[in-house]
Amino acid sequence: MNRFAELLDRLAYEPGRNNKLRLITGYFREVPDPDRGYALAALTGALSFKHAKAGLIRDLIASRTDPVLFELSYDYVGDLSETVALMWPKSPDIAHNNPPPPTLTEVITTLRTLGKSELPAQLTRWLDELDETGRWALLKLVTGAMRIGVSARLAKTAAAALGDKDPHDVELIWPGLAPPYGELFAWLEGRAEKPVNRDPAPFRPVMLAHAIEESDFANLDASDFVAEWKWDGIRVQAVSGKGDDGKIVTRLYSRTGEDITGSFPDLTPSLRLSGAIDGELLVLREGRVQSFNVLQQRLNRKSVTPKLMKEYPIHLRAYDLLSDGETDLRELTFEQRRAKLEMFIAELNDERIDLSDQIPFATWDALTAARADPAGAGAGEDADAVEGVMLKRRDSAYLPGRPKGQWWKWKRDPHIIDAVLMYAQRGHGKRSSYYSDYTFGVWTAGDSGEQLVPVGKAYFGFTDEELLQIDRFVRRNTTEKFGPVRHVTHEPDKGLVLEVAFEGLARSPRHKSGVAMRFPRISRLRWDKPPREADRLETLERMLKAETTIAPPKPATP
Amino acid sequence: MRPQDILIPVPAGLCCKPGGFHIDPVRPVERAVITHGHSDHARPGHGAVLATQETLDMMRLRYGDNFAGSTQAIAYGETIKLGDVMVSCHPAGHVLGSAQMAVTCKNICIVASGDYKDAHDPTCTPFEVVPCDVFITEATFGLPVFRHGDAADEVKKLLASVALFPERAHLVGAYSLGKAQRVIKLIRQAGYDAPIYLHGAMEKITHYYQSRGIDLGELRPVKGVRKADLAGTITLAPPSATSDVWTRRFPDPVTAFASGWMRVRARARQRGVELPLVISDHADWDGLCATISTTGAGEIWVTHGQEDALVHWCQSQGLTARPLALVGYGDEEEEETLPPGKSADA
Ligand SMILES: [Zn+2]
Repeated sequence: MNRFAELLDRLAYEPGRNNKLRLITGYFREVPDPDRGYALAALTGALSFKHAKAGLIRDLIASRTDPVLFELSYDYVGDLSETVALMWPKSPDIAHNNPPPPTLTEVITTLRTLGKSELPAQLTRWLDELDETGRWALLKLVTGAMRIGVSARLAKTAAAALGDKDPHDVELIWPGLAPPYGELFAWLEGRAEKPVNRDPAPFRPVMLAHAIEESDFANLDASDFVAEWKWDGIRVQAVSGKGDDGKIVTRLYSRTGEDITGSFPDLTPSLRLSGAIDGELLVLREGRVQSFNVLQQRLNRKSVTPKLMKEYPIHLRAYDLLSDGETDLRELTFEQRRAKLEMFIAELNDERIDLSDQIPFATWDALTAARADPAGAGAGEDADAVEGVMLKRRDSAYLPGRPKGQWWKWKRDPHIIDAVLMYAQRGHGKRSSYYSDYTFGVWTAGDSGEQLVPVGKAYFGFTDEELLQIDRFVRRNTTEKFGPVRHVTHEPDKGLVLEVAFEGLARSPRHKSGVAMRFPRISRLRWDKPPREADRLETLERMLKAETTIAPPKPATP
Repeated sequence: MRPQDILIPVPAGLCCKPGGFHIDPVRPVERAVITHGHSDHARPGHGAVLATQETLDMMRLRYGDNFAGSTQAIAYGETIKLGDVMVSCHPAGHVLGSAQMAVTCKNICIVASGDYKDAHDPTCTPFEVVPCDVFITEATFGLPVFRHGDAADEVKKLLASVALFPERAHLVGAYSLGKAQRVIKLIRQAGYDAPIYLHGAMEKITHYYQSRGIDLGELRPVKGVRKADLAGTITLAPPSATSDVWTRRFPDPVTAFASGWMRVRARARQRGVELPLVISDHADWDGLCATISTTGAGEIWVTHGQEDALVHWCQSQGLTARPLALVGYGDEEEEETLPPGKSADA
């Protein structure tokens, strides 16, 4: 376990993808089965045991430390597992009979079979036996929160590198494999044949787009590209295939390959034909695309009730076809695949599944105009659910990841205002010891003269260097503290002006200001600007009026 | 007489009215008693300054000859009468010349410890516990998550990485006064005897350490050295320089940072550190608690850092404790920036 913890620790600090790969491959080379297999499972999120709840970890530390000191430490560190790992006091009797620390296999196989009532005592024993890094990794593992900047894809690529194999081949057989992946490592090390994938509806790694910049257009020829609307829904892969028994197996995957079939039983009957569609999940009511807020009502539900399915009818808008029957289409050009997709959708002839429209354009200027006015350029009444435009090279093969120069996303222009920092709160994860969540406000006439009214909250958009500057500013200009929240000086001549970019505005009775921003982020720090020169609420009101020429999203029914 | 009649926090710093002086004042005062040379404690522009010879020398190095109206040196173990109080000086183990100042008036003894650590440091006189009635303690690492471990083990981590990546340069961010010299000394004690390179901003103070008889082996300025020649070497630099364009002169540098903050992952990652080295010149949680207990003080005043937690701990031990609202003292490692107009090449 300590060796695995050491790997996780180094990965957490290593920024370079190639160095990460080297570290993981090195680990696979050095560590024997089955430990390395369980490590691969942990890195790809393929482990299944009942995760320990955060409450249990809190109970464990409460039995060993002062609760006030724990709360202060947790507030400072920001991460429960790390806080506990760092402050866990050494057990007084452990020094005498030093048992060897547990192996990763021991931890995982024990966790699989352990009864719920035995878990606290077992965890305590392990915490006593492991070092600081080992404790941290153990707690990340048992709480199912192992985010260390390594994607499942990267871990599989590192495994493939062990045997000089194409990571793509590992992806293809992956759905048929299970931890600790003995047959996979045997094949990678040339000791056995390639395992066969018996999954009739496997996930194919998704192709993603780069964000396009103004300057990119100079090097791009409009005639090489096809444009489509970028819909504000959920990118999915809908796969159907014939199982050994001749029956159709259907699965819906998220873009990361997570199986989300169970959440959309109303869509699966429509996927009658064997094939793999890349598309966007949307909620359609009377043929109209609903906002992402509406779609959100369908996500992360424990139970999918008939009422939910009726009120939020799910729909698939097809972008691409990755396989048709048993035939893999990914090597074909986008245009060739599109032709097959049109035939496939026509044959399906299902009201829940339609084609993504293409936007006709001859020049970049014409596309710019379409993007500025989706309603007039074909999106019609659905324009509000358009996030921007997708550009796809006519000759692009379907390649996993984010290949250069093939697909581009071109989001709609953000709105920008200058606002004043009012409150700051500690962030989460790697920002947990910094004040990185900011509430900002704009000026309005109040009962006692000019006052700032909060209009939003932003967590990102700034560089790391800017974060340090804001954090320092917050600490030096705190007027009051309420738990994790600090009130920051915001007077006409004293305070920090933030340039805030956002995607859209909506009326919101829940906000004191009456408006809510979509996707706000800090685009610039205006150290040069006195707070009195920040924007006024009236400016937002004007923007809101301009916005509402596009129909506002219907509020979600409770 | 109550302790607060002897020492009381005022905007300029900790004021001793019966003695007519301030300890580590943040604004110019007539008479200052200074615990150590870090810039947040030792500021220029005071009338008279009392400090150890090393602290006075460091202030002169940083601020020039006219950093104070007059100066007086005090040695460890020495006692001097100022106004109605006696001031004695004791090693604080923080950096070279760092001192705790014990102020005694009418049978009440208050120890202002400045910054201190009880951990081993081959570059300065070890910390000494001074029995007292009131102990003023820092709380930079005043949370039980801060346990610093053995600094020698962290240096082993650095040397293992140097061995693992012989084609890359290792850049160690360390505060230029104290931390840098301690890290160099620890590297030497671990058996590494190749030349160690220095960022320009570190040279003066490091040479001062050497002039005080601290053997740091062969040190070279990094300026002017060819990029290819820096492969496999170690360079010490101020923390701010390690995230600067200055690093482009190094072949594929591994960025290390020697600081007690490195114990918390979020801190290390935020700074883009690839090799965090948990080495601190401040006492860790266990060190703070142990020191407070052994002074025998019944009353603890807690300053700069995580006051809440340490005050809570003191109270849970039956001690009277309160946070001392002093402003202007920061963590030197976080605050360090190069003077405006000076490039990191200096
Ligand atoms: Zn200091």
